[in-house]
Amino acid sequence: MTVNITMVIVLAGLYTVGFYLLMQRSLMRVILGIVILGHGANLFLQVAGGPPGEPAFVGSAVIQAMVDPLPQALALTAIVITFALTTFLLALAYRSWALLGHDEVQDDVEDRRIREAAERDEDSDDSDTEPSEAVAGFEAPEASEEVPR
Amino acid sequence: MLTAIAAHFVLAAVLPLIARRWGRGAFVVGAVAPALTLVLAVSHADDALAARHPTETLAWAPGIGLEFTARFDELALLMILLVSGIGALVLCYYACYAKPGDRAVGRDSALLVLFAGSMLGLVLADDVISLYIFWELTTVCSFLLVGGDGLTKKLRKSATQALLVTSLGGLSMLLGLILLASASGTTRISEILADPPGGGVVPIAVVLILLGAFTKSAQVPFHPWLPGAMVAPTPVSAYLHAAAMVKAGVYLVARFAPAFSDLPAWWVPIVVLGLWTMVLGGFRALRQHDLKTLLAYGTISQLGFLMVLVGAGTWITALADVTLVLAHGLFKSALFLTVGIIDKRTGTRDIRELSGLGSRWPVLTAFATLAVLSMAGVPPLLGFVGKEAAIEGLLTGDPKDLALLAGVMLGSVFTVAYSLRFLVGAFGTRPTVAPTKAPPSGVAMTTMVGIPAVASLVLAFAPWIVEPVLAGYADTYPLPAPDYHLALWHGLTLPLLISAVIIAAGYAMYRASLAPKLAGWIPERMSAQNGYRAAVMGLDRGALSITGRLQAGSLPTYLGIILVTMVVLPGAGLLAGGPLSPTELRAWDSWMQLPLAVLVLAAAGTVVLARRRLTAVLLTGVVGYGIGALFIVDGGADLALAQFLVESLTLVVFVFVIRRFPPRFVDARPYFRRARWVKAGIAAVAGTFVAVLAVLYSGSRDGLPEASRFYIENAESATGASNVVNAIIVDFRAFDTIGEIAVLAVAATGAASLILARARQRPPSLAALDETDGTDETDGERTEVKR
Repeated sequence: MTVNITMVIVLAGLYTVGFYLLMQRSLMRVILGIVILGHGANLFLQVAGGPPGEPAFVGSAVIQAMVDPLPQALALTAIVITFALTTFLLALAYRSWALLGHDEVQDDVEDRRIREAAERDEDSDDSDTEPSEAVAGFEAPEASEEVPR
Repeated sequence: MLTAIAAHFVLAAVLPLIARRWGRGAFVVGAVAPALTLVLAVSHADDALAARHPTETLAWAPGIGLEFTARFDELALLMILLVSGIGALVLCYYACYAKPGDRAVGRDSALLVLFAGSMLGLVLADDVISLYIFWELTTVCSFLLVGGDGLTKKLRKSATQALLVTSLGGLSMLLGLILLASASGTTRISEILADPPGGGVVPIAVVLILLGAFTKSAQVPFHPWLPGAMVAPTPVSAYLHAAAMVKAGVYLVARFAPAFSDLPAWWVPIVVLGLWTMVLGGFRALRQHDLKTLLAYGTISQLGFLMVLVGAGTWITALADVTLVLAHGLFKSALFLTVGIIDKRTGTRDIRELSGLGSRWPVLTAFATLAVLSMAGVPPLLGFVGKEAAIEGLLTGDPKDLALLAGVMLGSVFTVAYSLRFLVGAFGTRPTVAPTKAPPSGVAMTTMVGIPAVASLVLAFAPWIVEPVLAGYADTYPLPAPDYHLALWHGLTLPLLISAVIIAAGYAMYRASLAPKLAGWIPERMSAQNGYRAAVMGLDRGALSITGRLQAGSLPTYLGIILVTMVVLPGAGLLAGGPLSPTELRAWDSWMQLPLAVLVLAAAGTVVLARRRLTAVLLTGVVGYGIGALFIVDGGADLALAQFLVESLTLVVFVFVIRRFPPRFVDARPYFRRARWVKAGIAAVAGTFVAVLAVLYSGSRDGLPEASRFYIENAESATGASNVVNAIIVDFRAFDTIGEIAVLAVAATGAASLILARARQRPPSLAALDETDGTDETDGERTEVKR
C-alpha cells in the first residue's frame, strides 16, 4: 500500500503539539492539547483507513473506487465524543477557576512529601536512626519494657 | 482429616465470644479441638503405619487443578503428636497462666487454636499450594501472637522481624515449590517424592525451598528473629517457638529429604548451616542470663542439630532425627512451661536474681530436671536415645560423616553446658542472693510441665511405642533398612563412650564457665542482627528513593514518563520484530492537501506560542476546520459535515468559558523554562512515533477490508440507505451510537452540575474577585501578576 507523506507530516505535527500542550501547567492549554490530539486521532483513522476515493454512496461509484466507509463512521463517533469530553473538561476548568481562583495544575502534595523524605534520607545517610522509625513517621509513646502476661 | 482442620478454624472463630463469657476458660474450650485431633490420630495410627496412607481431597478450583489434599502418613502422625498433643497441653496451661479478666484471652486463645489448625493442615497437606498456604498462616499467627497488643516498640519490632524474615523465606519456598511442581508435572508432594524430577531447574528449586525452611527454623543467618520473638507470652513461646512452628522448617526438610538427600544443592547447605547454627546457638545460650532467651538460643542450636541429621541422609540419622524431633518437642515445651511458672510466681526470669527455688518447689524441680537431662542427652531419657542413634548414624567411616560427627559433638558439649546452666540457674541456691520468695508453684501448672517431662522418661524405656512411627518415616528413604532399634542400652559401644565424653566435657565447660569469658570473641560486625537491620534499612531507602523519583507529584512529569514508555516499549518491539512489509511513499494524493496541511500545521504551531487564551482557542478552531477540509479531500463528506458542526459548537463553548478567565495565560515560572525544551523534545519524539505507526498501519492494509465491503454491498438492501457511513452509524453499528449518546448525556449532566453548583457554594472572597475579573480586564491582569 502507499502512504501519503504530507498527511503523515500533518499527523506528526498535530500529535507533537497535542502532547506538548498536554504537559503544560495551565488547565486551559491542557484542554486545547486534548482537542488537538482528538483532531490528530481522527486524521489518523483516515490515514490508516486507506487512500482517498469517491464518497461512499451506493450507486455513485464502483466499490473499488470508493473510500473505506468504516474508519469514517468510527471517526464520526470519535468527533462527537471528543466534543462531549471537551465540554466536560471545560466545565471542570471553570469549576476549578471558580473555587481556587486559578486554572493551574498543582503538584500532588502527598507525592511531594515522599520526594522530600527521600531527599532528606539521602542527605542523612550516616544517621543512626532505626529505619522503621525514620520512615513510618509515627512513634507510639514508649511504654515500659514488656511485662509478661 | 479435613474435618479436623476445619473444626479448629470454626472453634477459633467462636472463641472470642466464649472468652467474653467464661474468661480464661476459653483456653480449655480451645484445647478440645487439638485434644480430639490427637485422639483421632492415635486411634487411626495403624492406617498411617500400614502404608495405607489414607488421603482426602477437596478440589477448590478444579478448573486449574487446585485442590487441597490431606495425606496421613508416618511423618504426619509424628507431627500431629507434637502439634496437637503439645497444643492441647499449652492451651490448658495458658488457662492457669493468664491473669483472670485478661482482655487478651479471646484474641490469644483464638489465635492459638487457629495456629494449631494451620499447623495441622501444614503437616497433613499433600499438595504444594496448600502446604504454602498453611505455612503462611502459621507465620501470620506467629506475627499476631508475638505482637500481642503492640503497645511497646519492642513488641512491634520483634513481631515485624519475625514476619519479614519468615515470610521472605515463605515466598522463596513458594517459588521453589512451583518450580518443582512444574518440573515434575504434578502438585502432589507424594507423587513428586515417588518420582523426583531431574534437570537443571531442580537444584534451584531445592535451594529456594531450603531458604523457606531455614528462615522458619531460625537457622544462621536468619536466627535473630527467634530470640526476639521471646517477648510473646511464655505459653505462646513454648508452643510456637519451641515445639511446633519452628519445627515446620525441619518438617519441610524431612518431608523432601527422601527424594533429594543425594543432591549436593540439598545436603551441603543443610549440613553447613545446620552445624554452624548448632554451635553458634549453644555458644550464645551459655551467655544468657534470661532463662527464656537461654532456651531460645538452645532451641536454635537444637534446630541446627535436627537439620544436620536430615542432611546426613542415612537411614539411622533419619531415625535419630525424628526421634529427636519428638524428644525436643517434649523437653523444650516442659522447660518453657517451667520458665512460665517461675516468671509468673517470682516476677523474674533472670538467673542472677533467682535462688533457692529447688527446695521451694521440689516437684517442679524434679520434672524440670528430667527435661533438662533429656536435652543434655543423659540417660535414661528420650534425648539420650535419640542422640545415641545420631552418633551411631554418623559413625559410618565416611570422612564427611566424621566431620559432621565432630561438629555435632562440639554442639552437644555446648548443649550439656547450657542445660546445666539452666538447671542450676533456675533452681540452684546462690549464697550471695537472698532466697527468692515464691508462692507454691501450683498443682495444675506443675502437672502440665510433668506430662511431657515424664513422657520423655517413659518413652526412653519403651521406645517401641513410637518406634514404628519413626522407623516408618526412615523407611521412606530409598535405602536398605539396617538392623537398628532405638534403645537405652546397646551394650558397651563407641556411641556410648562418645556420649560419656560429651557429658563430661560439657560439665567441665560449665564448671570452667568458659563461654562468658569469650564474650567479645565474635566481633559485633558479624552479628546477624546487624545484617537484618541493614537489609531492612536498605530496602526502605531504596523504596523511598525510587518512589520519590517516580512519584514526583507533577502531572507533566507523569505524562512525560508515560509518553517515553509509549515510545520505548513498542519501539523496541518494532525494532526487534524484524523487517516490515515495504511501503510505497507518495508526496500527496491531491494538490489541495498541500495548502491545507500548511494551514493546519501553522495554526497548530501558533497555538503553542499564543499568549492570549482567545487567540489559542481560535487557532485551535482553525486546526479543526482545516481537518474538516482535509476530510472533504479524502472523500468523507459526512465526516467533514460533522467536523465543521462540532468545531463550531466547541468554539462557542470555549468562548463561553474563557469569558470568565483572565485574557492571558499565566506565565510559566522561571525555573520551568528549561523544562520547556525537555517537554518539547519528548512531545516531538512521541508525535513522530505516532506518525511512524500510521505509516506502518497503512502499510499493513491490503485493499478494502471484508467488513467494509460487506457494509457497502448490503447498505441499500439491509437498511434502505445509500449513504454507507450513515447506514453504519444508525443501523449496522447502532450500539456504538447508543454508547456515544450515553457519553454525551453523561458529559452534559456532569458539565451542567459543575456549572450550576457554582451558584450555590462560593467563598465570598472569590465571588468578589470573580466580579472584578468579569468587568475589568486590567484588574484581572493585576491578580495574575500578583501570583
